[in-house]
Amino acid sequence: MTTVAPRKPWAATPADRLRDLAIFLLSAVLSYLVVAVTPAKGKLAYVGLFFIFYSVASGIAGWIKFGRRSAADLFIKTLIGLMAFVTVLPILSILTTVIAKGYRGINLNIFKTDMSLNAPTDPLNVGGLLHAITGTVILVSVALVLSVPLGILTALYITEVKGRFTKPIKFLVQAMSGVPSIVAGLFILSAVLYPITKAYSGFMASLALTILMIPTIARTSEEVLKLIPNDLREAGVALGGTQWRTVAMIVLPAARSGLMTAVILGIARIAGETAPLLLLSGGGDKVNPNPFHDPMGSLPYYIWKSFNAGSPEAITRAWAGLLVLITIVLILFTAARLLSTRKVK
Amino acid sequence: MTSSLSEVANAHVTKAPSIRAAGTGLEARGVHAWFTKHHALADVSLDFAPGTVTALIGPSGCGKSTFIRTLNRMHEFIPGAAMAGEVLLDGKDVYAPGVDVTKIRLQIGMVFQKPNPFPSMTIGENVLSGLKLAQVKVDNKDDLLEECLERAGLWKEVKDRLGAHGGSLSGGQQQRLCIARALAVRPQVLLMDEPCSALDPGSTLRIEETIRHLSDTMTIVIVTHNMQQAARVSDSTAFFLSDGGPGQMIEFAPTSEIFSRPKDKRTEDYVTGRFG
Amino acid sequence: MSTVPAPRELTTRPRLSDRVFRRVVTAGGLSSLVILGLITVFLAYRGVEVLRQEGFNFITKSNWSITTDDAGNVVESHFGLAAMLVGTILCSAVAVVIALPISVATALYLNFYAPPWLKKFLIAVIDMMAAFPSILFGIWGFLVLMPSIEYWAKLLNRYLGFVPVFHVDAYVFTRSPFVAGVILAIMIIPIITSVSREVFSQAPLDRIQAAYALGATRWGMIKAVVIPHGRSGVIGGAMLGLGRAMGETVAVFTVLNIVFQVNWHVLFGVGGNVASLIILKFGEASPYEIKALMAAGLVLFVLTLLVNAIADLIVKTTGKSGK
Repeated sequence: MTTVAPRKPWAATPADRLRDLAIFLLSAVLSYLVVAVTPAKGKLAYVGLFFIFYSVASGIAGWIKFGRRSAADLFIKTLIGLMAFVTVLPILSILTTVIAKGYRGINLNIFKTDMSLNAPTDPLNVGGLLHAITGTVILVSVALVLSVPLGILTALYITEVKGRFTKPIKFLVQAMSGVPSIVAGLFILSAVLYPITKAYSGFMASLALTILMIPTIARTSEEVLKLIPNDLREAGVALGGTQWRTVAMIVLPAARSGLMTAVILGIARIAGETAPLLLLSGGGDKVNPNPFHDPMGSLPYYIWKSFNAGSPEAITRAWAGLLVLITIVLILFTAARLLSTRKVK
Repeated sequence: MTSSLSEVANAHVTKAPSIRAAGTGLEARGVHAWFTKHHALADVSLDFAPGTVTALIGPSGCGKSTFIRTLNRMHEFIPGAAMAGEVLLDGKDVYAPGVDVTKIRLQIGMVFQKPNPFPSMTIGENVLSGLKLAQVKVDNKDDLLEECLERAGLWKEVKDRLGAHGGSLSGGQQQRLCIARALAVRPQVLLMDEPCSALDPGSTLRIEETIRHLSDTMTIVIVTHNMQQAARVSDSTAFFLSDGGPGQMIEFAPTSEIFSRPKDKRTEDYVTGRFG
Repeated sequence: MSTVPAPRELTTRPRLSDRVFRRVVTAGGLSSLVILGLITVFLAYRGVEVLRQEGFNFITKSNWSITTDDAGNVVESHFGLAAMLVGTILCSAVAVVIALPISVATALYLNFYAPPWLKKFLIAVIDMMAAFPSILFGIWGFLVLMPSIEYWAKLLNRYLGFVPVFHVDAYVFTRSPFVAGVILAIMIIPIITSVSREVFSQAPLDRIQAAYALGATRWGMIKAVVIPHGRSGVIGGAMLGLGRAMGETVAVFTVLNIVFQVNWHVLFGVGGNVASLIILKFGEASPYEIKALMAAGLVLFVLTLLVNAIADLIVKTTGKSGK
């Protein structure tokens, strides 16, 4: 009996790989040459020309091997792959820039002090963003307390109660997710701050953030609750449970990790929100633990203020603030992904 | 085919009518069911004697699953559903105004096609979940837990890991867990909607054993696609069929008769495997 | 069978706990309706005085001036949003024109070309980008991206300057609507990509396999099956992106040179948008000017609602026609 080795006749052969590599190198060299001899210049010129050469070269290679139809196919394939690369390019640039420029402004001191005695233009070894971090944590926490119940109730209305307004509410939640953050800020300004409290405070900003957060939580929760098999609801009801007890004891616990994801995505959505804070929070420079009194600082406000101060120190402060902010967002985002990929047992 | 099935059916000794479970049983009178405009089931009247197993057989789309869901009022969960007729439990209409639906479902338990243990609960919590859901008070939960798992034929396999997740069991074990869960609230009637269709033959046999044990103390209605299964477990069998219109009950008789001497030509065609 | 009875009227009431549960959930579910309604009411209430004063000039004229006497009374005021509206449309149009092809190609790549490990990674990265704060895009755009874009803008102007939109009145290429548009494009690519990916992945597998079985190349299959299936969904996604771009505040404010002058030339460094106008004027606005800003907010709100509504409608109709 002869043993048969498994083969993959459809996989690329070494010759194919070599040809792909040759095309890649050729396009790189060509784009380098063109940049060298023509007035075109800059990193983007390299990238742009490389795109053109690479797509055309793979198209030609396809033509030689299989004819015209294949040429178009390969040309498009390369083009599409390169476009996907373009999508990722800004992310790479943003991350590297923030790290490269922000790390100089990061030291232990900034997590211990606030800016009550310093201006953004002061040397980097004085002042810090403690007030901004505590402020952002408080703003987000208050917004969470308000938006999580409303967001999840909205999702429950769509998936469990399924009342008369299901369709309009789905539409309204969608519409609400498109409300510009500045409009949410203006609304709180006109409806709460001017007529009632008449003073800037963290709570005002949290109200605006709540408006922005509800649709994210509602839509993600809706998706999650829809994935809970209907069998489980039927089993709960068939055991003599009321709808309320079935939802509370079976549906929500089964969706737990998904709902956590919804909440975390909601936080990520608002943690860096700036415009409403400019209108409502007052942006203090001192650590202020009370959201109902006195202006409250926050990371976005700190970044904004430092950036607009304009001196090299201030700009470095802004980058450092961005680095802290983006680290928080990334941690939240990773947590959300880990939670959502964990399978429901 | 006919002979083998009737042999199976005869081999299963039909219970003497003297062994009776509590209550006066479940009765359907002139039950119709609709999905929006679609008339799915027409004029079914059936009497389920206490302490018996009744099998509902018939080809797909004949309305047997719809029928079983009208019995414990699960039918009304489908948007656009409607029904007519009466379902009597101990002589009282379960659809009457003022009836507490959740109480009806406590008395008429249900096991579903696919095993569906609650994912967020342990094995033990799953069994007792009905008590919590329906807010039933029980003095000794541990005894009840053991009793239900014992009756469902699962106790020996899981007694050392009651704290494990329900999802860690095999498909057949999960289905027996679901049976135990349904038993914990002490229903008079247990409805089973193709309980073995998602299981392998070995697990199917275990479930069938369980059903036979249970029928000593309760009324069981089982929907099945599998005629051998109907022959093995049931005392009486009802044959459902749809001729393009709404599903109807064609014949209802003791199981041995349905498989050996069906009165209706259509029943005979079905049980002899000429269609369906 | 001869007489079919009428369906029974079910009159049993659910238990009290369930009635309470359904009421509470319904009340919570209506929060979006209440909030959107309140936004309209309050912005209209605050802005109505200015809207009445200015009438149609509020959206057709482009000057923003207010004179007050020493007592703080308004002597004369002119509020017109035309330049800002034109800027809003211009910036977001540039954004969509750039973002749409890139997003569609990315979505196609993710669904039909990328190896599985890369697909997972890219989806995570692109979703993450959607969560980046807008102030980050603004500052990065201003300090890092603008020099590069300026170079490309000059190139466009040199070779395509005869096309009216690429014309510039003076040789000023920084802080132009084009720069803002490119940054907005980067911000909305994740949105359009994820919507497109969704609709492409719903393309019926049997039709895809049928196309391959007929000898179609991958691109042939995409042209014949995927694109027709996903077309309106992609347009809906683009509208969602447009809505987001129109409402963007901080990123646009950071890069754009806000001037009250209607400018249709994308490369020319003069522009504005309604949202950034509000940030610009809010700091030292008098009570009457605040009312004008509220009115501007109302206009922006209605505009984005409209765009979102159309987007929603388009995406929904694909969902139906596709099946």
